[in-house]
Amino acid sequence: MENLFDLFVRNVFIENMIFAYFLGMCSYLAVSKTVKTAVGLGIAVIFVVIVTVPVNWLMENFLLKSGALSWLGPSFESVDLSFLSFLLFIAVIAAMVQLLEMVIEKFAPALYNALGIFLPLIAVNCSVLGAALFMQEREYGTIVEATVYGFGAGFGWALAIVVLAAIREKLKYSNVPAPLRGLGLAFILTGLLAIAFMGFSGIKV
Amino acid sequence: MRNLKLLINPLNDENPITVQVLGICSALAVTVQLKPAIVMSLSVVVVTAFSNLIISFGRNTIPPRIRIIVQLVVVAFLVIVVDQILKAYVYDVSKKLSVFVGLIITNCIIMGRLEAFAMGNKPWESFLDGIGNGAGYGLILIALGTLRELFGSGSLLGYQVIPQVVYEQGYMDNGMMILPPMALITVGIIIWVQRAYNQKLFEK
Repeated sequence: MENLFDLFVRNVFIENMIFAYFLGMCSYLAVSKTVKTAVGLGIAVIFVVIVTVPVNWLMENFLLKSGALSWLGPSFESVDLSFLSFLLFIAVIAAMVQLLEMVIEKFAPALYNALGIFLPLIAVNCSVLGAALFMQEREYGTIVEATVYGFGAGFGWALAIVVLAAIREKLKYSNVPAPLRGLGLAFILTGLLAIAFMGFSGIKV
Repeated sequence: MRNLKLLINPLNDENPITVQVLGICSALAVTVQLKPAIVMSLSVVVVTAFSNLIISFGRNTIPPRIRIIVQLVVVAFLVIVVDQILKAYVYDVSKKLSVFVGLIITNCIIMGRLEAFAMGNKPWESFLDGIGNGAGYGLILIALGTLRELFGSGSLLGYQVIPQVVYEQGYMDNGMMILPPMALITVGIIIWVQRAYNQKLFEK
């Protein structure tokens, strides 16, 4: 249990998707103009990551990893399909996003309207595929660990986008040099935030 | 003339990174040194060019409702080929790029150009557009890689550039340049410089 909490905190603060790995930057910079949309996209990403990481964990452990197919019989023990992981992971993510979109539209129309266009766009948000690939690289032992990792990664991403959106809303009232306005300043701000987040590194929970 | 424009425009006026805000993730993570930056740029040029070409050939037959999955499968196929080639010929660089080669699949430059250009244009033009956008991405990547390696470790492509004498006078490498946050700040400064010279890109 403590182990899982440690995993969660580490992935939110120390190994933050945005500030440590720069994953999902495109939508991070494009959608962080107001806090309201940032919160919507953040929730959508948490949702998708929580669902796709465990599903991809199952794929990895029962289909792709070398020796993963041994449940089919002894002759499959040496089969290694890991070179197919990109293809399968992205297919799972695209399918899950499509499925989630349909489910949310049917059972929670209010949330569906709030998320709007962001939901389908998440299929190409690198942080989602990135979470799946890190899950594969770090070889999490159980599906619970994988799920907690997914939640931490998604939550860290959501936290980062809300913080940046709040700062950018305030910045509307300041007088910034013309060439730096908008994108340029957003980059520098993210850099400064990342330096601040580096202060968390080395913390043990 | 129009074809030339397709190649040149993405280098400055429509640069994928500094103007269209596409494909940032990988641009920041692989630019600690120049060599991985160059390898990554070449991989992206190849994948954008050929995925644009393939999708453009099929643009009239792909049903619009499932086009995203079709595009992703084509891109994933090309990325697997590139990944296997890198693993075979430049294993050490491939190790450094780690998950970022896989992440070319979700690199927004590729999806963005497929959606915005290849779905509505002829194959040859789409191919050029792919090369142009890949090159525009590569340009920023190489600039970043050069700056970060030069100031961060005093070398370029692994060879020491700043002479030993300078170090003996008390010069020190700027360790910050190697850390991830400085990549963001460096891109911010590149955007600043580019926009100062190109005033149509100002944001209000």
